[in-house]
Amino acid sequence: MNVTMKLMATSCLTLTATMAFADGHMADEMTIVSWGGAYSASQKNAYHDPYSEKTGVKIINDESSSEAVAKLRAMNEAGNVTWDVVDVVASDAIRLCDEGLAMEIDADTQLADGDDGSKASDDFGDLLVSDCFIPQIVYSTTVGYRTDLVGDTPPTSICALFDTDTYPGKRSLEKQPIGNLEWALICDGVAKEDVYDVLETEEGQAQAFAKLDTIKDSAIWWSAGADTPQLLADGEVIMGSTYNGRLFALIEEQKQPVAMLWDAQVFDLDGWIIPTGLSPERQARALDYIMFATDTQRLADQAKYISYGPARKSSAPLVGKHATLGIEMAPHMPTDPNNAKNTFLYNYEWWADYRDDLDAKFQAWLSK
Amino acid sequence: MTSTDGAFVAFDRVQKSYDGETLVVKDLNLSMPKGEFLTMLGPSGSGKTTCLMMLAGFETATHGDITLDGVSINNIPPHKRGIGMVFQNYALFPHMSVAENLSFPLEVRKIGKSAREEKVMRALDMVQMGDFAGRRPAQLSGGQQQRIALARALVFEPELVLMDEPLGALDKQLRETLQFEITNLAHELGITTVYVTHDQTEALTMSDRVAVFDDGRIQQLAPPDELYEQPENSFVAQFIGENNTLEGVVQEIKGNTCIVKLDSGDIIDAVPVNVNNVGDRTKVSIRPERVEFNRERLHDDAHTLKAEVLEFIYMGDIFRTRLRVAGTDEFVIKTRNAPDQERLKPGQMIEIGWLPQDCRALDA
Amino acid sequence: MSEPVIAADGRPLKASLNRALRRQKMRALALIAPLLIFILVSFVMPIADMLFRSVENEIVSETLPRTVAALDAWDAGSGETPDEDVFNALYTDMALAVEYKSHTRLGSRLNYETTGIASLFRKSGRRVGKFDTDVYTKAFQDADPRYADPQQWVAWMADDSIRAKLPMTTSAYDDWAKMIVEAENDVPSEEEPWDFVYSALYNDAVSGAELPVSVDVSGITPVSLRTAFGDIDDKWLNPNVWRTIKTYSPRYTDGYFLNSVDLMKGAEGVEARPENEQIYITLFIRTMIMSLSIMGMCVLLGYPIAWLLANLKDRTANLLMILVLLPFWTSLLVRTSAWKVLLQQQGVINDILVWIGIVADDNRLELINNQTGTIIAMTHILLPFMILPLYSVMKTIPPSYLRAAKSLGATNWTAFWRVYFPQSVPGIGAGCILVFILAIGYYITPELVGGTKGVFISNRIAYHISSSLNWGLAAALGTILLTIVMVLYWVYDKIVGIDNVKLGG
Repeated sequence: MNVTMKLMATSCLTLTATMAFADGHMADEMTIVSWGGAYSASQKNAYHDPYSEKTGVKIINDESSSEAVAKLRAMNEAGNVTWDVVDVVASDAIRLCDEGLAMEIDADTQLADGDDGSKASDDFGDLLVSDCFIPQIVYSTTVGYRTDLVGDTPPTSICALFDTDTYPGKRSLEKQPIGNLEWALICDGVAKEDVYDVLETEEGQAQAFAKLDTIKDSAIWWSAGADTPQLLADGEVIMGSTYNGRLFALIEEQKQPVAMLWDAQVFDLDGWIIPTGLSPERQARALDYIMFATDTQRLADQAKYISYGPARKSSAPLVGKHATLGIEMAPHMPTDPNNAKNTFLYNYEWWADYRDDLDAKFQAWLSK
Repeated sequence: MTSTDGAFVAFDRVQKSYDGETLVVKDLNLSMPKGEFLTMLGPSGSGKTTCLMMLAGFETATHGDITLDGVSINNIPPHKRGIGMVFQNYALFPHMSVAENLSFPLEVRKIGKSAREEKVMRALDMVQMGDFAGRRPAQLSGGQQQRIALARALVFEPELVLMDEPLGALDKQLRETLQFEITNLAHELGITTVYVTHDQTEALTMSDRVAVFDDGRIQQLAPPDELYEQPENSFVAQFIGENNTLEGVVQEIKGNTCIVKLDSGDIIDAVPVNVNNVGDRTKVSIRPERVEFNRERLHDDAHTLKAEVLEFIYMGDIFRTRLRVAGTDEFVIKTRNAPDQERLKPGQMIEIGWLPQDCRALDA
Repeated sequence: MSEPVIAADGRPLKASLNRALRRQKMRALALIAPLLIFILVSFVMPIADMLFRSVENEIVSETLPRTVAALDAWDAGSGETPDEDVFNALYTDMALAVEYKSHTRLGSRLNYETTGIASLFRKSGRRVGKFDTDVYTKAFQDADPRYADPQQWVAWMADDSIRAKLPMTTSAYDDWAKMIVEAENDVPSEEEPWDFVYSALYNDAVSGAELPVSVDVSGITPVSLRTAFGDIDDKWLNPNVWRTIKTYSPRYTDGYFLNSVDLMKGAEGVEARPENEQIYITLFIRTMIMSLSIMGMCVLLGYPIAWLLANLKDRTANLLMILVLLPFWTSLLVRTSAWKVLLQQQGVINDILVWIGIVADDNRLELINNQTGTIIAMTHILLPFMILPLYSVMKTIPPSYLRAAKSLGATNWTAFWRVYFPQSVPGIGAGCILVFILAIGYYITPELVGGTKGVFISNRIAYHISSSLNWGLAAALGTILLTIVMVLYWVYDKIVGIDNVKLGG
C-alpha cells in the first residue's frame, strides 16, 4: 500500500498547493481568464492595457479557458471564486449559464451602446446566444490545405474532405462530433437548413457516421487548436480543419504553402462571462470591465492583432490593418461578406441538447 | 616452468593490474602440491584476494600463467574450473532453502534427483546440519550459515576449495571451533585448500603453509612455525605475532652471528638474516616471550640492555610488561604465569637479554 | 498469577502501565496529527466525495419535490402522459426553480439520460411565468381584497387550522415565502403571493377544502397546465420524458454505474445501451491491456538499464542516472511534442527508415496517433518509475551471489536466471505496480498521441469532468477504476505477496 499512498499523497499535495494559491484578491486587481497565446496577447493589447491605463486596475491573465467550465464549478462548490471575468466559447457559456455558474447580463442596460447609436442587443443581434454571454469575436472552424500537395485542382468546397479519390492523403479533423457531423451530412446531399432536423433522427445520425466512415482511415483527430497547423506545416496531412485565425497565422505570418477554404465554415462565438458568487464590489468591477472591453472601438481594435471578427455589427467598419504585418484585416475576417457567402450557422441550442448523446456515439464510433 | 612441475596449483610470474598504471599483484610465483592447506595472509590491499579471484576465474591475470593440475586455466571460465569456493559473507542464495542451495551445483551439473538428494544429505551431515535442510539462510545463525556455505562448496566434490575470509564475521569462540572443523574436514577429504585471511592466528593454526602477502608480493612462504620463529624480513616479523623492533647499524658479521650497534649506542647480538655488509642499517626483531631478564638464564657473554619497567599487565596466563629500552617505550616482554615468576613493578630497573639466535637482524 | 501485580504506588501494575503507555501514544499521535489531517483532507475526503457523487442524485427530488411526489401515482409503463395533478405540481416546482435558477441545472442533469431535456427545461423556465394562471389570482383578489393583502396571507399561514385545510396552498406558500427571502431579498409580509400560490389555492378549493374567506370557485374557468406545458413543447406530453424524471427521482441512483458499464435503465429495468453508444467496457479493457503492455515494455527496457546502473562505477552510474531521469525534468507537452516530431509519418524515424530503404516512401509506418504511439510515449515517460525501484533493489544484491553461482558451476545465464533474477523480483514488483497504476490514470499523453484507438478510460473521465460536467458519471468511472486497481492489487498480493515489493534498501 505504501507505494500507492505515497503517490496519491504527492498528487494531493500538489493539488492543495495550487488551491492554496487561490484567494488573496487585492482591491485593485482582477483576474481575467482566457485561452493564452496570440489570442490572449490580442486581448491584452486591445482591452487589458487600455483598461488598466484608464482605471488603474491591474489585470492578471490566467490561461485556463480550456478547463474553465470544470474549474468554475469546482470553485463554486468550494465557495471561493477567484476569477472575475472568463473568456469562453458560446457552448460553454450556455452550459455555465444553465449550471448557474455565470451571471445573467442584460445587454441593453449593462453593455455599451454601439457607436452608431444602436442598442447593444441590436448591435450584437443573434449573437447573444445565452443570457449570460457577451460575445466578443466571431471565428470559424474551416479547412486549410497544402497547395503543393493537392494537385492541379485545388479544393473549392468543404466536401473535398470526403473526396479521397481526388485528394488522397491524410486529413485532420477535430476529435468531437460538432462540425464534423454537419459537414458529413452537407456533403452527403443534405441541404444546409435541414441538417439539424436530419441529425435529430437516428437515421440521420447513422447517415452522418456512414459518411464519416468513408474517411475514417485517412483521418487524424486533433484536440488542440495548434495541431492542424503543425500537421499541415509538417506535410503530415494534406488538409485539415482548424480555426481561421490559426490558418491566417500559418499563411500570412509563417508563409507556409497553405491556403484556406471559406466554404461551409462553422461560425462560432467566443466571449465573456462573469462568474456568479462574486462579491458586489468585484462584480461591479467585472461589469465595468465588460462594458469597456466590448464597446464598438475596443472590439474593432482586437482585429488588429488577430484575424477574428468583432461580434458587434457597428465594429465592422472600424477594422483596420494588422498591427505588425500591415495588411488590411477586413478580408481575413470570418464576418467579411466575401468570406461569409456560404457559412454554416452552428446551432447552440440544438447542440446543448444533443451533445451528451452524440458525443457518446461519436466516441463509440471512433473507438470501433 | 621447472618450479611448477608436478604442482597441483601453480602461479607462474603472475601480474595483475586494474588500471594499467599500478600492479596489484607483482610477479607472483607459487606452487602447491595436492592436498595442501595453504593460507594467503596479508593486510588488506596486499593482493591476496586478487590472487584468489584470479584462481577462481573472476579476475584475469594481466600477465603470467595459472595452472591447475598442469593445465593452464587462464582462458577457462569460472564455471568450468570446478573449484569450490566459500565467500566472505557466505553468499548463500537467500531465495533458496538450505537443501536447494546445496543442490544447486549438482543441478547445474545435471546430476539425477536421487543422487542429488543423497549427496546433499551427506554434505549436510558432514557439517552437522542435517536437520536444517528445509530452512532458509536467513533463519540460520552466522555459524550455521558458514557451515552450509562450506557444505555447498564441497558438495560437488571439487579437488580445490577456495575460502575468502570465511570466518571474518563470526565471534572468537565460534571462529576457533570452525577453524578446527575446517582443517579437519580438509585433511579428511584430502582437498587442496587455498584460504585467505588477514587474521594471523587463523593462518598459523590452520595451515600447512602460509604465504604472507604485502605490496603485491609473497614476502615469505613457509610453514607456520618457521614463519613465526624465522621471519625473513621485517615485514613478516612485524606482521606475524607480537614483535619488538630495535633499529641500528651492523658493526660486525661473524658467520652465524653479528653485532649490531643500536641507535642508542647499545651493542647487541643477532642472527644476520638479510643484512649483508657491515654498516648496513637494520631492524632487529626479538619476540617478547624470548626476552629474558633473569641474568642467571642468560649466557655469560650475552650482551644485555638496561630497561625501565613502565607498565605491568596481568593477563591471566601470561604477564605482559612494557619497558623503556634503548630509547623506545614500546618494548614488550611476555612471561609465563608460573609460581616462581617474578612480577615486575613500574619504575623498577632491570637488565634484559636474549639468546643470540632469537634476535634477528632484518632489513631496515 | 491470580493476584494482580501491584506497582510501587499501590495501583495495579497493569493500570499504571496503560497510563504510561497512553501518554506515549498521545504524544505519538500528536506528532503524526498534521500528516493524518492532511491525508484525511486531501486524500480520504476527496475519494469519499467521489464515491458519494457516483450515486448521489438529490437534484431531481430537491428541484421538483411536488412533481416527484405526484409522479408516485403515475404508472411509467402505461404509455400515458401523467394527469393534470402532476402538471400542477410541476408548475409550482418550476416557478420556484426558475427563481433559484436551478431548473437549467436539473435540465442538464436529465439531459445525460434523455436528449432534449436541457432545452425543454430552459425553454419552460422562460415561459412558466407567463402562463394564464393569473386568472386564479384575479378571481380570488376580485372576490375578496383580503386575498391581495400580504399581511393577511401571513396571518392565515400562521394559523394551523387553516394550514391543515389547505395543504397545497400551504406548501406552495411556504416555499414561496422562503424563496422571497432567499432569492429576492424581500419580506413575505410586503409581497403579494405569486400566481402559483393562487393556483394551489384554487386546486385546494376545487378539491373541496374550506377557504379562509369563502369564494365561489365554480365560476372560474380552469386553466389546463397540461395544455400550457404542451404548448411550450410537446415533449412534455411525451411519456418518455416523464419516465426519465420518475426513474431518476430517488435521492440515490445506480444510473451512473450502469452507464459506466454500457448499461442503462430502460422501460423494463436494466438493459444494454444501443450498440452505437457502447464504449466504456471497450475502454476499460483497452486501458488494462495497454497499461499491461506499457508495464511489460518498461520491464523489458528498464531491467538491463537498471542492471547496468547497479553495476557501473558510481560516477558513470550517476551520469546514466541523469539520462534516465531526464524525462522527469522536461515538461510533459515538450516530451510529447518531441515524440510527434520523431514518430509521425513525415517524422525523423520514418525518414531514416525510408532513407535506409527498409520501408517504401509511400508506405510509411504509422507510429503515432494509434496504440503504438501511446505505448511508445508512455513507456518513455514511465520508464524511470520502473528503473528506480529496480535499481535500488539491484544495488542491494551483492555481486558475490553471481560469483558464488558461477563458482558452483552455473553458466552466466543460469547464474542470472536462477540466482540474480529471483532476487530482483521485488524490484520488478514495485516497478510494475508503480508503472501500472500510473499508466491507467494517464490521459494527457494518450490524448495527444493516441489517436482514436490509443486513448484510455481516463480520457473519458477527464472529458466528463471538464467538458460535459457529468461528474456523477466521471465519479462512477473513477470508482470502477479504483476498484479494478484494488482488485488487481489484491490478486498481486495473493500471487506474489506484497511483502515482496521493495522500493529500495
